[in-house]
Amino acid sequence: MDKLNIMIVGVGGQGTLLASRILGTIAFKMNYDVKVSEVHGMSQRGGSVVTYIKYGTKIYSPLIEKGEADIILAFEKLEALRWTEYLNNDGMMIINEQEIAPMPIITGTAKYPSDIINIIKQKYKNIFTLDALKIAKQCGNLKAVNIVLLGVMAAKTAIAKQIWDEAIRETVPAKVLNVNIEAFNAGYQAI
Amino acid sequence: MKRLMLGNEAAARGAYEAGATVAAAYPGTPSTEITEYMAKYDEVYAEWSPNEKVALEVAIGGSLGGARSICSMKHVGLNVAADPLFTVSYTGVNGGLVLIVADDPGMHSSQNEQDSRHYARAAKVPMLEPSDSQECLDYVKQAFEISESFDCPVIVRLSTRIAHSQSAVETGERADYKIKDYNKDFTKYVMMPAMARRRHIEVEKRMLALQDYSEKSNLNSIEWGNKKIGVITSGIAYQYAKDAFGDVSYLKIGMVYPIPEKLIAEFTSEVETLYVVEELEPFFEDYIKKIGIKVIGKEVLPLTGELSAQLIKEKILGVKQEVNEQLVENIPVRPPVMCPGCPHRGMHYVLNKLKLNVTGDIGCYTLGALPPTESMDTCICMGASIGTAHGMEKARGSEFAQKTVAVIGDSTFIHSGITGLIDVVYNKGNSTVLILDNSITAMTGHQPNPTTGYTIKGEVTKQIDLVKLANATGVERVRVADPFDIKEFERIVKEEIAAAEPSVIISKSPCALSKDVKFEGALKINQEKCKRCKRCLALGCPAIVNKGDFVEIDEALCVGCMLCTQVCSFQAFEDIAEKAGAKNG
Ligand SMILES: Cc1ncc(C[n+]2csc(CCOP(=O)(O)OP(=O)(O)O)c2C)c(N)n1
Repeated sequence: MDKLNIMIVGVGGQGTLLASRILGTIAFKMNYDVKVSEVHGMSQRGGSVVTYIKYGTKIYSPLIEKGEADIILAFEKLEALRWTEYLNNDGMMIINEQEIAPMPIITGTAKYPSDIINIIKQKYKNIFTLDALKIAKQCGNLKAVNIVLLGVMAAKTAIAKQIWDEAIRETVPAKVLNVNIEAFNAGYQAI
Repeated sequence: MKRLMLGNEAAARGAYEAGATVAAAYPGTPSTEITEYMAKYDEVYAEWSPNEKVALEVAIGGSLGGARSICSMKHVGLNVAADPLFTVSYTGVNGGLVLIVADDPGMHSSQNEQDSRHYARAAKVPMLEPSDSQECLDYVKQAFEISESFDCPVIVRLSTRIAHSQSAVETGERADYKIKDYNKDFTKYVMMPAMARRRHIEVEKRMLALQDYSEKSNLNSIEWGNKKIGVITSGIAYQYAKDAFGDVSYLKIGMVYPIPEKLIAEFTSEVETLYVVEELEPFFEDYIKKIGIKVIGKEVLPLTGELSAQLIKEKILGVKQEVNEQLVENIPVRPPVMCPGCPHRGMHYVLNKLKLNVTGDIGCYTLGALPPTESMDTCICMGASIGTAHGMEKARGSEFAQKTVAVIGDSTFIHSGITGLIDVVYNKGNSTVLILDNSITAMTGHQPNPTTGYTIKGEVTKQIDLVKLANATGVERVRVADPFDIKEFERIVKEEIAAAEPSVIISKSPCALSKDVKFEGALKINQEKCKRCKRCLALGCPAIVNKGDFVEIDEALCVGCMLCTQVCSFQAFEDIAEKAGAKNG
C-alpha cells in the first residue's frame, strides 16, 4: 500500500474526532507521512461532519476530494449517502445503519430518503453495513459506536491487529478503555 | 521525537519552546486550542480574557514587563483587538510579542471570511504564515526572534485547515529565556502626539529593515522544478498547489508581510507563466502587479471560500476531475442544532410563540434563528444585539420596543454586551435584554468565563454577579428566569417587554453538556395518547423525530430534559420503565 485516503463522516457529537485520532496514530506507527484534517466548532453541534485521514510517502493537501477516498467510515446512513461521491469506484464504505433525523426532516420540509443502503450498493461493490449502535449498547456504552466501526475496518484491511490495539490504548482515556477494547473486538467480528 | 500534532498544538509548543510565560486569549474557532494547550504547561501563565482587546493588552503588558508573551484569536477577534495592535506597533516590545490570528476561509464556524493579511499591512507589523504543523512550531519560535530583533509585535496567520489539521512535528527543548529588565521610557511607551510622531518614523525605518530581512529570510524559499510554470503561494494554498501542479517551480512565501519584492522579481524572471495561488483576497497579486509583473490569479481563482487541489487544476490547468454523480438528488441538509437538553431551546420556543422581534448575537443560541423556532432576526458580531435593539427603538419608537428583545449569551455579554446595556440606560431606551446564562462559553467548546467560577487552569475564582452588574448600570428591573419552566418564562418575558423602562432577564440554566448536569434519561411517546398534533416539533429538538404519520423519540439522543412534556397537551411523553443503564457512561 503506497497511499490510503480515509474519510470519517457522521453527525457532530458522534465521536468522529476520537476515531480520526486513532487512525492518525496508526499511520504514524506504520511510518507513513500522514495528515488528519478535522472539523471543530459549529458543526460539532449536531451538524454534518467530515474528517480526512491521508497516509502516503508525502502528503501535501490534507483534504480528500470527490472520487479520491479509498475508505469511508459512515457513522450515520444519511451521511453515507451525502458523501458517496467522494468514494473512488473501488472504494470501501462501512456504514452504521443508525438514522439521525436532521432538522429539515423534524420540521417536515424534507423526508429521510428510503432504501439508502441498496441505492449505494447498486453503484459501489465494497459496502458493509451493521447496526453499530446496537453493538455498542451491548458492550455497555452507546458512545463506543466509533470504535465498533474501527473494528469492522480493521477486519477488512491489511493493517495488523496489534497496531490497532496499541493505537487504541494510546488514544482512548483510561477509564473507558475496557469498554472500547470490547467494542473494537465486537466490531472486528461483526461482519 | 516526532509526534502527530494539531497545528494549534504545534503553535502552542513553539511558544513554549521559545520560553514564553504569558498567554492570553478569548476563544474563537479555529484558534481556541492554542491557548488550551498553553494552559497545560505549568511554566506558562495562561488566561481566558473577557475579549480579544483585553487579551492583547494583557499580552502587551507581559511583553513590556519583559516576558515573551502570546495572544491568540480568530480573525474577527482581531477587529476587536485592532486598537491596541495599531499602537503597540508604534511602541514596540520588550519581551517578544506574538499574536496568532486564525482565519476561517469557507466560514466553517464564522460570520465572515475576512483576510487578516490586510491587518499586517495596515498596522505595519510583520506577518508569517505556516503551511503545516511543523511550520506552526518553527514559525512561532522564529516570530519571537523577529519581534525582539526588530522591536515590534509579530502576527502569525493560520487558517482553519492549518489550525485543525494534524501532521508530524519534531519537538525541541524549551529555551532558557531570562525575563528582560523593566525599563521606564515614556518616549517609547507613552503614545502622546509628540512621542508618537517620533515613533512613527521609527516604524517606517523598521519596515525597510524588515523588507530586507524578508528578501533574505529562510521563511521565503524557491523550489525549482519545471520552469514553464511558476507558482507564488503560501500557507495551506501551497499544499493545494503542490498537489495540483506537481513538478513546476514554486516560490513559497512564509513571511507574507513585508513581501519579498526582489525575490519575487528573481523568481519571475526565470519562469514562463506566473500564477499566484492564494485563498481569499488578491493580497500578493495586487502587490506583484503593482511592481509591474504580469501574473494570473484572481481572474481565474475565486475570491470566496476555500481553494482545493481539484479546484486549482480545473481553474488554472483546465483539467476537470471525472466524478460520480450524486446517487440521490436533494439530499436533506444537516445544519447544526441546539443539543438535546439545551437550556436555550425553551427560551426560543417562547420568543417564537410570542412572535417578538429579536435582535440576536453569537453563540449556540444563534442556531435558534433557523426553523422551526426562527426566533432571531439579526446577528452581526459579538455584543451587537443590545445596541441593535436600542437603535431599532430609536428608529421605530417605543411601541416597537415593546415587541422587541435582545438575546445575548453570558460570554458574549461579558465580551462586549455590557457597554451596549450602559448605552440603553444612559440614552433612555426601554430595551429588554435576555442574558442567556449557561455559565460557560459553549459554542467554542466549553471554555470557562467570568460567569463560570473557575479559570482556564481549573482554579476556583470569583463568579461575576450578573444581577448586581445589571443593577449597577442603572437597570432596575432585573429578573432571573428558568428556561425549563416555559409558562413562567413566558409570563416574565411578557411583563418585561411591557415595562416602559430597560429590563434584563437572566435566563439561568447550565449548558446540557456540563459535567454536573444530569437529566432523567430518555423518554418515549405513548402512541395511544399521542394525537399527532405535532406541537412538540416546534421545539426543534433533534431527539423528537417526525416519522410522517407519527412522532417518535430517538432514544439514543433524548436526555430527558422534560421540555416536551410541557408543550404536550395529552401527556403523551412518558418515562421509559427500564432506563438504559449505560446511558451517558
Ligand atoms: C470577536 C469574536 N470572538 C470570538 C468569536 C467566537 N465565538 C462565537 S460565539 C462565542 C461565545 C459564545 O458564548 P456565549 O455567549 O456564552 O453563548 P453559548 O454558546 O454558551 O450559548 C464565541 C467565543 C466570535 N464570533 N467573534
